[in-house]
Amino acid sequence: MRGMIGQAVGWMIVVLARLITAVRGIWMGIEPSSRQRIYFANHVSHGDFVLIWTTLPTHLRRRTRPVAAADYWNASGMRRFIGRDVFDAVLIERPKVPPDAKGPDAIGIMSQALESGDSLILFPEGTRNTTPEPLMPFKSGLFRLAQAHPEVELVPVWIENLNRVLPKGEFVPVPIICTVTFGAPLHLKHGEEKDAFLARARAAMLNLRVTEEPA
Amino acid sequence: MTDVQTDLLKVIGGIAVILVFASLIGWALRRFVAPGGTDDAIANLNERVRAWWGMVLLLSLAFLAGRTGVIVLFALCSFAALREFTTLTNFRQADHWALAATFFVVLPVQYVLIGIGWYGLYSIFIPVYVFLLAPIVVALRGDTQSYLVRVAETQWAVMICVFCASHVPALLNLEIPGFEGRNVLLIVFLVVVVQMSDVLQYVWGKLLGRRKIAPRLSPSKTVEGFVGGVASATTLGGCLWWITPFGPLGATLLAFVIALMGFFGGLVMSAIKRDRGVKDWGQTISGHGGFIDRLDSVVFSAPIFFHLVRYGWSMT
Repeated sequence: MRGMIGQAVGWMIVVLARLITAVRGIWMGIEPSSRQRIYFANHVSHGDFVLIWTTLPTHLRRRTRPVAAADYWNASGMRRFIGRDVFDAVLIERPKVPPDAKGPDAIGIMSQALESGDSLILFPEGTRNTTPEPLMPFKSGLFRLAQAHPEVELVPVWIENLNRVLPKGEFVPVPIICTVTFGAPLHLKHGEEKDAFLARARAAMLNLRVTEEPA
Repeated sequence: MTDVQTDLLKVIGGIAVILVFASLIGWALRRFVAPGGTDDAIANLNERVRAWWGMVLLLSLAFLAGRTGVIVLFALCSFAALREFTTLTNFRQADHWALAATFFVVLPVQYVLIGIGWYGLYSIFIPVYVFLLAPIVVALRGDTQSYLVRVAETQWAVMICVFCASHVPALLNLEIPGFEGRNVLLIVFLVVVVQMSDVLQYVWGKLLGRRKIAPRLSPSKTVEGFVGGVASATTLGGCLWWITPFGPLGATLLAFVIALMGFFGGLVMSAIKRDRGVKDWGQTISGHGGFIDRLDSVVFSAPIFFHLVRYGWSMT
């Protein structure tokens, strides 16, 4: 029953996302596939994973789970329902202050989801980007997952315009057209250092920032 | 079946015949000229024809559904057009409230006013009230960077996508003696003439086009396409006089004005696209681009057509 309601609400969220953003998925050097993947994207809004989810073919949605902050998605009954029953999110406790305090085993929780065969949506910046920079420095999580799961494809994703739909502090969206661009998958190279890999992943994402395809 | 519906079905039938013909040509071109789908122009032609089938089907259903169907359809078109227009503007967070209001307040109010037929308000609501109130809402947020540019862009977006577009269903409100209950045919006349003018400009341009008419605005528009398209759309409009209250001469002249305004509408909207460095307004309608790519000519001709008919033939 909850599952059915969850699916219906998920469908409504997709319709709403399409109405507000007319979102279009652009696949550049990659095709939609049921192969196991980690989609890593820029994070500017709470709606980011909804847009990625909307642009994925329906049959891939159920096996593609967003990685999200537990404190946000457990904050109310409504969010708990959406987080668990609609998107089946992989919830991670954020470490408390000080920021380098030992948090729970985030990589372990994500690995568990990967081992059960699911794909993940991940925001390697770790938190929403409210700076004027297009992309903040990455956290190390993506590297550690790439080490632990070399067989999983790492797919760079660029979400364009969603920050303009609902800037921080506003609650009524302005409908404008958004795009979600998927790029060619990456793998960790043999012996590649953390910093080199993260720089490569970051560059792959920034490379997708083409708002207009060539005529 | 009423005689309006009979006339509607005759026109829709005629358009269906044209589309069957176009589909056959597209099929033949692909089969014999470019086997294997190697020619982009032919592939685009086929895509356009397929999309036309969809658009004609949707419009026909709205027309047959009557007043509410037409108003809702154009309100949705306005929404999609406004979404495309806003995407290309330089808005900042200070514009957020004004913009959200154009989508969720101004647009519905304008179409409700059309629905209840309050001419005195729907013809000034946007040019007077929204024109003055929107800049106030933006000014209150205190961000002055490119203020004039941002406010002007919002005004343009609302005028083009909501005000002008809403004058298509507004045609339902005209009261023309001896034409009662047949107003939907005014919309059919406008839409058929303006869209056929676009199509015929494309056809004449592809067949005979040599000299570019506005190379900096639109690489595909030619003098031959323009003259041939406007002339044949004007003739077509004249031939459709029997669905209008204008008589053969009046229908021809109005069709000429519609085709001309439609052409310049396309040119103006192209200038905006060039300014923003995009080829199309969107990707929603396959082969055509966005909603505005299809509506630009309708939007420019609708208010002029509306007022010419109002002054010339209507009681209200």
